[in-house]
Amino acid sequence: MPMKIAKATFATLTVLFLVAPLIAILPLAFTSSVILTYPIPSWSLRWFEELFFADAWRRAIVNSLIIGTGTTLLATVLGTAASLGLRNRLILFRGTMRTLFLLPMVVPAVVLGVGMQVLLAGFGLTNSYLGVIIAHTVVAVPFVVVSVTGALAGIDERVELAAQSLGAAPATVFRRITLPLAMPGVLSGAVLAFATSLDEVVLTLFVAGPNQRTLARQMFSSIRENISPAIAAAAFLFIVATVLIGLVVVLSRSMLAKRR
Amino acid sequence: MAEFIRFDRISKFYGPLCVVENLDLSIGKGEFVSLLGPSGSGKTTLLMMLAGFEQPTSGNILLDGTAINAVPTHKRDMGVVFQNYALFPHMSVGDNIAFPLQMRGIGKAEVGERVKRALGMVQLSALVDRRPSQLSGGQQQRVALARALVFEPRVVLMDEPLGALDKNLREQMQLDIRDLHRRLGLTIVFVTHDQSEALTMSDRVAVFNKGKIEQIGTPRQVYDEPATRFVAEFIGETNLVEGVVEAVQGQEATVRLPSGAQIVSAVSGTVASGQPVFLSIRPERVDLSETRGEARNVLETEVTDSVYQGDHLRVQLQNATHPLIAKLGRRSREYPPGTKVFAAFSAGDCRVIAP
Ligand SMILES: Nc1ncnc2c1ncn2[C@@H]1O[C@H](COP(=O)(O)OP(=O)(O)O)[C@@H](O)[C@H]1O
Ligand SMILES: [Mg+2]
Repeated sequence: MPMKIAKATFATLTVLFLVAPLIAILPLAFTSSVILTYPIPSWSLRWFEELFFADAWRRAIVNSLIIGTGTTLLATVLGTAASLGLRNRLILFRGTMRTLFLLPMVVPAVVLGVGMQVLLAGFGLTNSYLGVIIAHTVVAVPFVVVSVTGALAGIDERVELAAQSLGAAPATVFRRITLPLAMPGVLSGAVLAFATSLDEVVLTLFVAGPNQRTLARQMFSSIRENISPAIAAAAFLFIVATVLIGLVVVLSRSMLAKRR
Repeated sequence: MAEFIRFDRISKFYGPLCVVENLDLSIGKGEFVSLLGPSGSGKTTLLMMLAGFEQPTSGNILLDGTAINAVPTHKRDMGVVFQNYALFPHMSVGDNIAFPLQMRGIGKAEVGERVKRALGMVQLSALVDRRPSQLSGGQQQRVALARALVFEPRVVLMDEPLGALDKNLREQMQLDIRDLHRRLGLTIVFVTHDQSEALTMSDRVAVFNKGKIEQIGTPRQVYDEPATRFVAEFIGETNLVEGVVEAVQGQEATVRLPSGAQIVSAVSGTVASGQPVFLSIRPERVDLSETRGEARNVLETEVTDSVYQGDHLRVQLQNATHPLIAKLGRRSREYPPGTKVFAAFSAGDCRVIAP
């Protein structure tokens, strides 16, 4: 019994530790005060108004959406193609290849950032949307690869063989069998790619110009310039987006599970 | 029967591992041939080569006289049923069965009609809208069967399709498939490691061992006239007794056992006098009596154990030099251990097998 209580206490404390920053910041999104501190004098939505109507914030949100969408499309296509390729047993050094695809997950972002900056400068792509999208794609692809590889691993190869024997050419097998079965993985990969792009600051600092200021980047700079509660409102937006994204992932996973 | 499928000196290597070795086999149109053998003997590999999923390392596969080695799977027009059914999990039962018809560009109305007929054939009409995951193993099996038959393929290939079903259902499906084979005149190649399944269903049985066919013949031939020791032991139960050939007279040979007894037996293959051989004696062909009787082959034995097994009585006997098992009809009298009995069998009920 004491053991149980100890366990419950420990679990509660751990959860508290993890969500404490959220608890600290979220209520401030609804403050009427002009500074980002407690106590909150009264409740208001003025900082959300600021977020959506102040030029800098609005542009940041739009930029985030543009770059996020571009990254999602590019990373999902590339990551899915990579996962499909990695399935082929005939590929040499398959394990090494897979590790290479996952490398951006572990390489420090600053290193990638410097490399990206140099590389994109070479192509004249710094300070452009395409440049930022490419940079974000590099860090987003691993998430797609992990997610799609997982989904593909769950497909019984004999189902595809059966389709072939029933008269489906390889392209048809892909369209009618492989892709639909991997779709939950592709979707959750896409969502993770979007989330990665939304969240990415370090690479953005290196490759984006003033015109590609994303929401995350805008929060980062405005917390140094003026500590306005608009940051808290932006944070609130982030959390809502993340929760929605999480829901999509969970739903697609359970969709996948139900099919089996 | 006209030859329809022919494996012409087929070999298959995985790296250094030889899985199928220089194999010849021809299958007639409308024939039901089982590939029977222990796990790992290369049956699935041969079937996969026929379906086009694997390429032979050497040799040719001919279908209706033309080599199909270079024909991709989707153009071979063969219905394959896998052990785990391999239904499309994201499609309904109806869509699963419609799939091969859609691949052939058949119009919607006809697809619907044929799906309905196929479902009726396997008695699943009520389940057309279900997902495979909502079906029992036996129902999934029937869907897989319907899907493999609905497009009237030239050949139907089945790889242990009944392995996952329980005994009653399996026996029912064996009869159902045999019935479909007869009704539709299908050419079926059926892989199994279950000898009774192979005997029940097939026109001919090919007995596999280590990538080679040890014997091919009707169920009666492989059971009653095993060509090798492996076949005798793998199919059914048998007594194997060592001996030496004393004389050969046409299709019969006289064999002297270590105990000195002389046995006259039918011969599989060719043997010469003086050659050490095995005698295969099926337990159910052995009669017991307390008097020597008139039979040609008689062994003096003593009962060591007898077990009542419902449909038969299983008696373990010991001769001077070797044990012997007899299966007697259930109307047989009891043989308590220690009883001295004569075990008798005719020349046609045992086989001489060269080792
Ligand atoms: N893709 C493969 N790579 C390597 N070895 C294989 C492969 N497929 C089958 N084998 C080997 O070939 C042998 C025969 O396999 P299989 O044809 O499946 O036998 P069976 O169906 O008679 O049980 C086995 O030893 C198996 O390990
Ligand atoms: Mg097998």
